[in-house]
Amino acid sequence: MEIRLRRTMLYIPGNNPGMLQIADIFGADSVLFDLEDSVPHSEKDSARDLVSNMIKYRAYENIEITVRVNPLNTPYFEDDVKEIIAAKKLQAIRLPKTNRAEDVDKLAKLIGKYEKENEIAIGTINIHPMIETALGVENAFSIATSSVRVNAITIGGQDLTADMGIAKTKSGEEILWARSRIVMAAKAARIDAVDTIFADINDKNGLIEETRLIKKLGFTGKAVINPRQIEPIHKIFTPTEKEILWAQEVIETYDKGLKEGKGVIALRGKMIDPPVVKRAEKIITISKLGK
Amino acid sequence: MEINKKSQAGSLESSDLMVYVEPFNEIKIEVESSVSSQHTEEIRSLILNELEMRKINGVYVKIQDNGAMNLTIKARLKTALLRGAKNGN
Repeated sequence: MEIRLRRTMLYIPGNNPGMLQIADIFGADSVLFDLEDSVPHSEKDSARDLVSNMIKYRAYENIEITVRVNPLNTPYFEDDVKEIIAAKKLQAIRLPKTNRAEDVDKLAKLIGKYEKENEIAIGTINIHPMIETALGVENAFSIATSSVRVNAITIGGQDLTADMGIAKTKSGEEILWARSRIVMAAKAARIDAVDTIFADINDKNGLIEETRLIKKLGFTGKAVINPRQIEPIHKIFTPTEKEILWAQEVIETYDKGLKEGKGVIALRGKMIDPPVVKRAEKIITISKLGK
Repeated sequence: MEINKKSQAGSLESSDLMVYVEPFNEIKIEVESSVSSQHTEEIRSLILNELEMRKINGVYVKIQDNGAMNLTIKARLKTALLRGAKNGN
């Protein structure tokens, strides 16, 4: 199974060549070229042509390339999928307003068709369903397990609160249940959970507070709308020196204990059992990937 | 491909360009670039290649470039040509 950091997924408006051409210099783990909300209806065709050409000809380095297409029920959806797959270097498609497993199935079939047409190995392109309706939240687990292509699910806070008929607040209590539900679905499906954006780009403390919260809940990363938001999020999602030392010590002590045939293994009076070792190993893996 | 109506694509933002196309009885290309006269010639040649590839024999193309990469020029030209080739309106 692929292990990749998705601490940050940077949205880039699909009709902005100046931003698209430098998308990989900001240090985000993934870029998210947007054909949906940031592109007016009159420019859907030009954004699609531009994003396809960027993916095809611009040699982006060390970054996951993903595109948010227009929703299934729009006239742009199939052309978006067709054109961006033909560019050949796409890694994942973010499907907005995913309400049920059948939505993912429709996209997966279409991806398969265009992978074949473009001689791309079947299964190369992943799907990141975006859950942003009450119905989508209720169907989170079936969406998360709807296709082997789904390796992350995401939440869209603004659309979700609009669908619920309430306001999206900075503190976000109103989406706590949805966040928790989506994280649990992702954990059960053994895939990543990526949080919604933090809209106030000038409020660094607010961003830090929210990122700490969503990390505690179990999210593996967050979508960002401004390069300035990348560094604070990476800092929170990257293990500290102290955590790395603890993890190394746990693994060493556990291995030594096993060799010595000990029944109960402890580090400074605290028992080390397989779940603790698993967490320590994850810390080491993330610290290596995050360098 | 046949161009049967006026159309345009792009913007005048930095790293972008405006492409205007309209039906014409031969190939006519006009380029203004904020970069250099050498770049103007490169753009003209790129446009000519793209038109040949699409088998377009009659079109007037006007470019106002503001430092766009070649891949952006190709994308904007494609959009303008497809918009200009649509029937109706």
